[in-house]
Amino acid sequence: MSTAERLTSLVGALRTHGVSIGTGETVDAAQAVEALGFADRERLREGLAATLLHSPAQRPVFDPVFDLYFPRGVGAPDTGPADREELRERLARALAANDETLMARLAAEAVDGFGGYGNSPSSDGWSSYQTLDRLRPQTLLARVRDDVRGQQGMSGFTDRLLEDEIRRRIEAFRALVAAEARRRVAERRDRDEIARRAVAPTTDRVDFLFAGKDRLAELRRTVQPLARKLATRLAARRRRAARGSIDLRRTLRGSLSTGGVPMKPVLRRRRPARPELVLLCDVSGSVSGFSDFTMLLVQALHDQFSKVRVFAFVNRLDEVTRLLEHGAADAEGLGARIRAEATLTGWHGSSDYGVALGEFASLYGDALSPRTTVFVLGDARTNMSDPNLPAVREIAERARRVYWLNPEAGAQWGTGDSAAYEYAELVEMHECRNVRQLSALVGRLLPI
Amino acid sequence: MFTSVDDVSARLAETGYLASPAVATTVFLADRLGKPLLVEGPAGVGKTELAKAVAEVAGARLVRLQCYEGVDESRALYEWNHAKQLLRISAGRDETWDEARTDIFSEEFLLSRPLLTAIRGDEPKVLLIDETDKADVEVEGLLLEVLSDFQVTVPELGTITASRRPFVVLTSNASRELSEALRRRCLFLHIGFPEEELERRIVQLKVPGLDETLAKSVVRVVGALRAMDLRKVPSVAETIDWARTLLALGADHLDETVVRDSLGVLLKHQDDILKAGAKLDLDAV
Repeated sequence: MSTAERLTSLVGALRTHGVSIGTGETVDAAQAVEALGFADRERLREGLAATLLHSPAQRPVFDPVFDLYFPRGVGAPDTGPADREELRERLARALAANDETLMARLAAEAVDGFGGYGNSPSSDGWSSYQTLDRLRPQTLLARVRDDVRGQQGMSGFTDRLLEDEIRRRIEAFRALVAAEARRRVAERRDRDEIARRAVAPTTDRVDFLFAGKDRLAELRRTVQPLARKLATRLAARRRRAARGSIDLRRTLRGSLSTGGVPMKPVLRRRRPARPELVLLCDVSGSVSGFSDFTMLLVQALHDQFSKVRVFAFVNRLDEVTRLLEHGAADAEGLGARIRAEATLTGWHGSSDYGVALGEFASLYGDALSPRTTVFVLGDARTNMSDPNLPAVREIAERARRVYWLNPEAGAQWGTGDSAAYEYAELVEMHECRNVRQLSALVGRLLPI
Repeated sequence: MFTSVDDVSARLAETGYLASPAVATTVFLADRLGKPLLVEGPAGVGKTELAKAVAEVAGARLVRLQCYEGVDESRALYEWNHAKQLLRISAGRDETWDEARTDIFSEEFLLSRPLLTAIRGDEPKVLLIDETDKADVEVEGLLLEVLSDFQVTVPELGTITASRRPFVVLTSNASRELSEALRRRCLFLHIGFPEEELERRIVQLKVPGLDETLAKSVVRVVGALRAMDLRKVPSVAETIDWARTLLALGADHLDETVVRDSLGVLLKHQDDILKAGAKLDLDAV
């Protein structure tokens, strides 16, 4: 494979992950390769990242893809068959010394020794899971800790940091093993295919419904920057809108002193009316990640609205605005706190949109006014109960706008117990599966 | 300007800027490909410092455009010196209007602002466009012409093209999303927090007199804080501040009391201080 081919397939793989790269950047990247040469792989990596990427969020996708197209080496490492105990021994020493080059070499040996499955030697594949399962690097923690203490002595205060540091090093080693396994697999199968499938998507493209715990934590960390971005966009929009149009009556009145020649146009002044916002969030297990995230986002945008009220429901509805105000710093426990402190469930634990929306319309109708915009967050899966369309109609009539954000793929709407299409006839419904879609929607739909 | 990546690291180090491999590589490429360099990253990791260091290494003049909301053409590019033009007109020798008109729109009456300054003249220059994200979107439009063709158009004078391209550094804290068009014209560099070893060297360079073991502990504590889920994690500037504080306090090693009393130098939010205190097993702060 020539360098040019390698580079263009790398670009192709990045594009399938949503990194937009133009031809100009590819040419720059080629020039970078020429200027840097292949001698130092890490420099090449940085050079390509500088020319091809446009934001730090793309980096977690770039690194594994780069590892596939510009691999550390080819084939198996040139050491003999590894012995498990001996490898663990060397790994422990590498972890104690925090020697990254050595850790990378050990990862290669480990995958070669323990990761192969199928009929060796022409094995079918390489598994990082299997490698880590046999090697169990996490069990080395205590031993590495004692090693380091033995060498350095108990160094007082910083000693308590040690365990976490070693844990992070072990985590780094696991990532190295994963990268190595991907590389070995890619040697046998189609590299482009592996690059497309085995590399995790960027955070803003992770589906809310399928995000695991750690991806959700990562998503929550994107709230602050995202909210700030949206806030500046909204503020700019408000500033533009405030310039307003010409007030003809007052312009003419002003022209009397100049004999009827309108010298000074008078602009219509706008009342600075900040909109009010009501959120209705389904927080049942299946969609809780999505509504938690959206609530945090809106809370972070708080000063853009004169009033925000948040209601959570599963099959009963309760106001949770105060919970959001108090625990500003603690995003982690938000969902749990809401479930603990608000009355959200009746006799059973599954969501019931009909009852919840009905409760909202009858109990909290005063939250709605012609200045209110309502966002309903949920998958519209009613568990076969009555969707209570009249309640939605009533909400839609009393509020200025109602938008429904649905974290399910559009193709799933209306299947099974989903009442998505019934609701979509009454209020505007949008698919909102990941951060990218959410920020686009919030930016577009927010009433400023 | 530079012969190799190692050359970049070595010469930057001479000015007191220790560059990570990523920084050195990108600076080298920006120089080699003649493209502007867009540097993003949290506050206090040395984005502006980088531009200053490059200017010092290259023996170049540093031209700085500090962006803010409301910065406009007359602040960024050029302005006509109206007062001087008026004086010139009222000094009125015997001449026709046409002559006067061409005269008052000549170089003599042009006030050069950073972008134009960076383009004109033959001496080497580093153009630093600081906190680009603070400027309004319209300003990005101005920058596009400068950054892609290194030229500025003044309607009365025509197009002024750079005879010698400046080395351009744009910095951003990402408080506003920069336009795709601007990003495409630049090489992108994200400066994150440095590796432990590099940070220790930076601390020792900036705070001479700090004991090596203490420097190491300082960096480790900061590393641990960064791994926590805090509202604002400490940056390199804060690490250095902390090291200076410790030196001033005369602490020769870290213990609970010292860390507890000086945690405020590193963390800027009360909830962060409480959280970190709990995680590090400090007694009630």
